[in-house]
Amino acid sequence: MKLTGENIIEVENLVKRFGSFTAVDNISFQVKKGEVFGFLGANGAGKTTAIKMLIGLWSPTSGKANVAGFNLFTEAEQIRKNIGYMAQRFSLYEDLTVIENIQFYGGIYGLRKNILKERAEELISELGMESFRKELIKNIPLGWKQKLALSVAMIHKPKIVFLDEPTSGVDPITRRQFWDLIYNAAEKGTTVFVTTHYMDESEYCDRVSIMVDGRIEALDTPTQLKKQFNAESMDEVFLKLARPTGIQI
Amino acid sequence: MNRRRFFGFLQKEFRHIFRDRRTMLILFGMPIVQILLFGFAITNEIKNVNVAVLDMAHDDVSRDITNRILSSEYFHLYQNLNSEKEIETAFKSGKVKEVIVFENNLAKNIYAKNLGNIQLIGDATDPNTANTIVAYTRAILLNYQQELNKGSKPPAIIQTEVRMWFNEELKGVYLFVPGVMTIIMMLVSAMMTSISLAREKETGTLEALMVSPLKSWQVILGKVIPYLVLSFSITLVTLALSMFVFHVPIRGNIFLLLGEVLLFVITALSFGILISSIAPNQMAAMLISMMGLMLPTIILSGYIFPIDNMPVPLQVISNIIPARWFISMLRDIMLKGAGWSVVWKDTCVLAFMAVVFLFLASRRFKMKLR
Amino acid sequence: MNERVIATNITKSFRSTNALDDVSFTVNEGELFGFIGPDGAGKSTLFRILTTVMNADSGDALVDGFHLKDEIAIRSRVGYMPGKFSLYPDLSVQENLEFFAKVFGTTVQENYSIIKEIYVQLEPFKDRRAGKLSGGMKQKLALCCALIHKPRVLFLDEPTTGVDPVSRVEFWEMLGRLKQSGLTILVSTPYMDEASRCDRVALIQKGKILDIDPPGVITKKFPLDVIAVKSDNMQKLRKDILKVEDAESVYGFGEFLHITMKKENSSIEKIESLLKQQGHQHTEVKLIEAGIEDCFMHLMEHNKN
Repeated sequence: MKLTGENIIEVENLVKRFGSFTAVDNISFQVKKGEVFGFLGANGAGKTTAIKMLIGLWSPTSGKANVAGFNLFTEAEQIRKNIGYMAQRFSLYEDLTVIENIQFYGGIYGLRKNILKERAEELISELGMESFRKELIKNIPLGWKQKLALSVAMIHKPKIVFLDEPTSGVDPITRRQFWDLIYNAAEKGTTVFVTTHYMDESEYCDRVSIMVDGRIEALDTPTQLKKQFNAESMDEVFLKLARPTGIQI
Repeated sequence: MNRRRFFGFLQKEFRHIFRDRRTMLILFGMPIVQILLFGFAITNEIKNVNVAVLDMAHDDVSRDITNRILSSEYFHLYQNLNSEKEIETAFKSGKVKEVIVFENNLAKNIYAKNLGNIQLIGDATDPNTANTIVAYTRAILLNYQQELNKGSKPPAIIQTEVRMWFNEELKGVYLFVPGVMTIIMMLVSAMMTSISLAREKETGTLEALMVSPLKSWQVILGKVIPYLVLSFSITLVTLALSMFVFHVPIRGNIFLLLGEVLLFVITALSFGILISSIAPNQMAAMLISMMGLMLPTIILSGYIFPIDNMPVPLQVISNIIPARWFISMLRDIMLKGAGWSVVWKDTCVLAFMAVVFLFLASRRFKMKLR
Repeated sequence: MNERVIATNITKSFRSTNALDDVSFTVNEGELFGFIGPDGAGKSTLFRILTTVMNADSGDALVDGFHLKDEIAIRSRVGYMPGKFSLYPDLSVQENLEFFAKVFGTTVQENYSIIKEIYVQLEPFKDRRAGKLSGGMKQKLALCCALIHKPRVLFLDEPTTGVDPVSRVEFWEMLGRLKQSGLTILVSTPYMDEASRCDRVALIQKGKILDIDPPGVITKKFPLDVIAVKSDNMQKLRKDILKVEDAESVYGFGEFLHITMKKENSSIEKIESLLKQQGHQHTEVKLIEAGIEDCFMHLMEHNKN
């Protein structure tokens, strides 16, 4: 396990309030370099808010945080240069071709022309997408789109990549192929911060945190969490945590 | 049973409209603000207006008249001109609002031929002001003429020739009111209806409604009636405002006017339904109604640019713009007091358009997905 | 048994893509029937055709005894919750419900007993705008709106997509109780683990039905052995496991890897010794029963060829 390396994300007592509503309530955690970190929680538990803070889109109300070696409060600009983000499903432009999408994203991350060209070729051959290079995104199969989206989110070789429900609605084989890509990235030292509604996927993570009502109620390796909650599967852990008193409908 | 369904739908539509306070504020506020702006930007009060005098007569009468004009509190002599060429420069300086030109031998002509000519030139970039200034000047001249003619027979006539420079059409607040009304009706009827239907497409509620026993004509009518009521009441507010605050006349029959308003609103509404049956989402509906309706309406309807001054191809295109016919009818009825005998042709054109759009809209809008 | 939906050879294509390719099935009275498949499998298109919102290119169906061309009859008999359905956000909870009641020619009072169980939870918020409800609450309100006219067949298109596991469990519990009242329910979902909640499921992929049966039967029919493997070093295991001879497929399943093998070749001992050889510790190797997801992937791969 890679739980001994340096911390790439350090969060301390982070709070985000919207008016009188506290979306993120005093959360603290660390993520190690090269770790696959699962970030779970029910709808409305504050996951999205927390991620938006970590990638520098929203400023926190209070607390301390360090992402990719930069201070969240004073160096949000630097953070954005050092992370990748893939929103729920892909953020590729449907009406641009594969190569145009790669060039566009490389461009906005400020890659130089010759480097970008090289990186684009590398990426296409890595994904085995040579035959698709001039195809419009809307015409390529879903599985390919997804893989391309992930690679594009990492085109600038970020230290951390944030994936927000990257696999929802995807067929089971593609879903697994996608996780192979996640592992590849992690093996190369990229930290992966991922949210999902598929509980079996949470087992693929090195460590998992579960948010309930704005707080992190559990954080450990899947094995430890199952032991702690005396559960067979992560699904059970999640249900026990997020639905503690067995509310009936 | 069927009626309750329909009224249920209608009630929901009104709720949507009244809940959206911001849009309501814009819809009612916009015409009011536009009318007020146009009304007040064109000041009706005349005081110390700069005039220039081109006196080619240099005789008693011209001096007398000049003195009379300048001794009123309305006018102030800004400069004396020496030739006709200087008139344009005077206007272009922006200071001079009126130039008074006395012809050669004015006094001689009056005494010998009983007829003198004075030309009044107004700066019609501000048409309302120009109109008022000229009217004041003419009043003073008329006064002078009456005094001159006390006891003398046959009476002498001072003939004034009025010319408006830069904007001979004289578009003022009077002409602006029909334009504002048209734009608002177009906006409320076509744009709002199309957006409201497109929104239901976007949220999936339309799909849920398709599975209900509601008929497509009930959905169309349910969408149309609230906006009909809304745009009609906005029109009434606009009319009342322009009548009571700016004394825009309604010389023709008010019921004929309202009837034409109703016809135009129906045309615009059917256009809105047609747009929403094509547009997949609110954004597209908004774009299509902006580009396809609002812009042509503003540019080609004669609201801002006189149709007669357009290049011929644009004049031809303007014929298919419903607003063109409507604005011309409004002007005829409101400003000229024209009756049915004048507007029946335009009415027919508009009615024909309404029928075509309604037909197309009901053909396109089905309770089905493609 | 009484068939409530009989679909025969339904085909539909958009431009060049086949959304539905010769789809046939029957759903019985009081059944909770699931369509399980990923996005783009054709689930929404199928539901739209069966609720008469869209026309099929060919094929027909009987919905509660009426042919698809009998739109009016079908529309008054089915309840439908479209995939992206999100109610009217500017109307209150109660106004939304009343609106749908009126449109369907009924009143909330008349059919209150059907939705009572679900609606009591929404009642405290009945004056709140639907746009301000949480995801789970919206889902419940949408279900009430689809039920208020007492439909005989209920179509729910991906009601649980994007919903967290807790709300999903609650939603399925609600469907279970509705089913007990005799309602026929057709529901689609991309989540394989929800199959077990259905009486019968159709696995659907690229417009084709791969299999139809009760979930338990589908998994029993699985022709291969499934062996679950885990060790202390899963990263290494993923590579080492490829050395297992005769493995048909290897996929990750939570903390385990699932290896499928032909029954005659399968051998736990062989795998265990391989792992030992490669230096894995704390290993666990066991023969397990296939899950729906194992079956789905197997059928997917089979259908490719």
